[in-house]
Amino acid sequence: MTHKRLWTWLVLMVTATTLLSACGKKPAQTPPTTAPVAATTTAPVASTAATTAATTAPTVAPTAAPTEIPTVAPTATPVAGGTLKILYAQAITVINPYQSTGTKDLDGATVIFEPLARYNQNDELVPYLAEEIPTLANGGIAKDSKSITWKLKKDVKWSDGTPFTADDVIFTWQYCSNPDTGCVWMSVFSNVDKVEAVDPTTVKVTWKKATSNPYNVFVSNTGMIIQKAQFANCVGKAAIADAACQKANLAPIGTNAYKLKEFKPGDTVIYEKNPNYRDVANTFFDTVEIKGGGDSTSAARAVCETGEVDYAWNLQVPAAVLTPILAAGKCDTVAGGSFGVERININFTNPDPILGSKRSEPDQPNPILNDLKVRQAIAKAIDRKPISEQLYGPAGAPTCNISVVPLAFTSTALTCERDLEGAKKLLDEAGWVLPDGKSIREKDGKPLKLTFQTSINTIRQGVQAIVKTNLADAGIQVDLKAIDPGVFFGSDPGNPDTLQKFYTDLQMYTNTPSDIGLDSYFVSWTCAEVNSSKVKWSKANDTRYCSKDYDALYTQFTAELDPAKRADLAKKLNDFLVNDVVVIPLINRMTPNGKSKTLEGPTYQTFDSVLWNIQSWKRTS
Amino acid sequence: MSEADQALDGRTTVTTTSALSQQLTTGIAIKPRTLLGDAWRRFRRHRLAMFGVATLLFFGLSVSLGPLIYQGYLLRQLEQEGMPISNPHPDLRALVDHLDFLSLMTPPNSIHLLGTDDLGRDLLARCMYGGRVSLAVGFVAMIIAISLGTFVGAVAGFFGGSIDQILMRITDLFLSLPVIPFILLTVYLFRDPVILAMGSPETGIFMIVVTVIGCLAWMQTARIVRASFLSLKEKEFVEAATALGVGTWAIMFRHILPNAMGPIIVAATLEVGSAIITESTLSFLGVGFPPDTPTWGRLVTDGSQYLQAAPWLALFPGALIFLAVLSINFLGDGLRDALDPRSRL
Repeated sequence: MTHKRLWTWLVLMVTATTLLSACGKKPAQTPPTTAPVAATTTAPVASTAATTAATTAPTVAPTAAPTEIPTVAPTATPVAGGTLKILYAQAITVINPYQSTGTKDLDGATVIFEPLARYNQNDELVPYLAEEIPTLANGGIAKDSKSITWKLKKDVKWSDGTPFTADDVIFTWQYCSNPDTGCVWMSVFSNVDKVEAVDPTTVKVTWKKATSNPYNVFVSNTGMIIQKAQFANCVGKAAIADAACQKANLAPIGTNAYKLKEFKPGDTVIYEKNPNYRDVANTFFDTVEIKGGGDSTSAARAVCETGEVDYAWNLQVPAAVLTPILAAGKCDTVAGGSFGVERININFTNPDPILGSKRSEPDQPNPILNDLKVRQAIAKAIDRKPISEQLYGPAGAPTCNISVVPLAFTSTALTCERDLEGAKKLLDEAGWVLPDGKSIREKDGKPLKLTFQTSINTIRQGVQAIVKTNLADAGIQVDLKAIDPGVFFGSDPGNPDTLQKFYTDLQMYTNTPSDIGLDSYFVSWTCAEVNSSKVKWSKANDTRYCSKDYDALYTQFTAELDPAKRADLAKKLNDFLVNDVVVIPLINRMTPNGKSKTLEGPTYQTFDSVLWNIQSWKRTS
Repeated sequence: MSEADQALDGRTTVTTTSALSQQLTTGIAIKPRTLLGDAWRRFRRHRLAMFGVATLLFFGLSVSLGPLIYQGYLLRQLEQEGMPISNPHPDLRALVDHLDFLSLMTPPNSIHLLGTDDLGRDLLARCMYGGRVSLAVGFVAMIIAISLGTFVGAVAGFFGGSIDQILMRITDLFLSLPVIPFILLTVYLFRDPVILAMGSPETGIFMIVVTVIGCLAWMQTARIVRASFLSLKEKEFVEAATALGVGTWAIMFRHILPNAMGPIIVAATLEVGSAIITESTLSFLGVGFPPDTPTWGRLVTDGSQYLQAAPWLALFPGALIFLAVLSINFLGDGLRDALDPRSRL
């Protein structure tokens, strides 16, 4: 009897082991879409080779392949047509850019819509629906900076064949600036006094007050022009409530090279060539397919190992996983600019749970971190090198600055090498001394303990581990906390774990400037933006930092219209924040996208959609 | 019954007869056979159960005493390698957090016996630390769930009537609770006060996690125990005990409960495994232990990312969970057979 049972158990054990290892692979390899599934079946073979290649020459592998690529002019071989396959980890749910719920929706809209102008990979403006970029020199921008006049391209047609006019531009402003529309980019239009048509192809935007960034409106992916004829009845509450408007949000008419063919919200969008596009002769692909779902790892495999797709968005994968995948050699990473700065924010208020509902309120100063020397010590003790090398790899570079784009506005004055002895000295000076036989510093019998939270993400937990060890070397104990990203970034006033409530001493996340002028970026450290229960934690300043000097500098910055002086002030603001250790910038994130080696066109964007120039993408041999 | 068993039986009879004859000749009374003694004898013959006990003992010793040996070894190796620990008073915790940038994602070798992860953290040290947490969570949650379930089931089954009705409806209520949202809610509500009361996040979270897991897993046991009690309370020995004037609680827990032990033990062993796994789910959702506490479940979750580049990161802790749960199931199997008074061997 026992023998029989023994054998049964043995068989069970073997089966279970197989299942276990299969289950382990599952989350990484079986995304809910068809494209990556196909990728999975072939992936193991390809990647075994990749792994061996990576172990022998991890740094050479990704760059070694380009030598084999024929450097023929793109006009020589490609035959136009076919399908451009794009894979996004998040699926598109709505195509109207003003109702979008994230970058993926804006990117989906970019294939159909155009703004007056877009930013290219060098953050320079390229005219799209506009004939030229208005400047002071050509008279497009008024001398008093109170208005801007755009000349529109003539003979532009919507994909339904009707002509595009200045009325559409005016309508776009009316649509989005109506508070009831629920337009996500309403704040972009907040400084617009009126938009009027000088003639059918000339639009004049008048500002409420003089602005330093007149290109804020109708430019880039936040300013795409929608058709008046289609959305005329959708201004105000009807935008979401009316059935016809809901339909329009999912099947809009645009002016770009492709028009909508089929849309399954939350899954796939298929676009086809727009026959009414002004440059239809040069549109390369017949159809474009954007598929959503899966995760970054399977996306990387689909573009680099199996060649299943031509382009994959956001390959935010730990360096150790990404390197062998890239080594398969079928893809190039597209990176550059900045995805934002990964930073540690310091809490200037006391997050001690003993305070109950008074915790992290502006009138409760942080007992440890209000001392500049302690903050400096923390900044000095952190080692950015392993964070960038071991965790981010090609997807990030160490930075000492909180503002890294545009380049002209970026400070070069700061250094941030690790200085452990310096950190220890500062802590000693601040009165936090190391008692004999202990490894944590104390002051007046209180241990130097900090709490540190971030969202759940393999790379972020790695950074937490490194920071914890770094600070432990200096005698600071750090208790870590990792929170579900949906909660952490969710800004739900009922949840204690949001980044706005900031119920810990330190927290880490990435933030990107939403406009090239940086006004809305630097505002988030001013006194007016301090978060508290009074404002339902809806403001931007989660550090609760409040300094008259910083506020004065910021006011000066927003009032300044001269670009050179603005750049200078932006650098000063950056240096002020870093020197006062309000934030500890760690990594300039350059999360790469992946493109097939046969695809030509994709560039990396900081201030616009990565699909900004999709009308000119083509396949090379 | 196999030949081996018959042979064993034969031998038992022989020993008993020889003991009897010895008693007759020498006049020295041999030890009488007891219920527990019998159980132990039967248990020892259950090979897989003995394997389970051995494995669990080995795990227990490894996570409690193992670090004492391994700590010194690892410290020496790190010193030689050139990445010594800066902490002047290193303990297992310091080893768990130590980042060895000279051996990143290395497969098992002489310095790191089970290899390292992408930050150079020693996997064996992490498995030992994780074992302490995971095994403790598993056993404590099991004890809570089984005590609660047995009590509720016993009372419901023995007294019957409206008490039974009320208790069983409560059981149904708990069974219909969506477990994960309920756990999330409980953790959000009580995390801060409990951590504050316990002094450290790790102990605080431990208390919450075991209580929550235990309090949401007693329903199956309650139903099993109730069913056993319903049938057992009609048996003659219960009538006899009642006739002798034995008190209600004594009848319940001294007379009936031992006879219902088999299924309870099976439920208990299953509970340990599911508690270890539930804990890893919680860690995965970010409401369990802090991210730097390497429980077995978390190690598997983290390692699964690197399954191709560094398979050992997920496979070793995965094998540990697998072996632990399997051994506990074997142990339960053996205990059930041994404690069942009807399965006389």
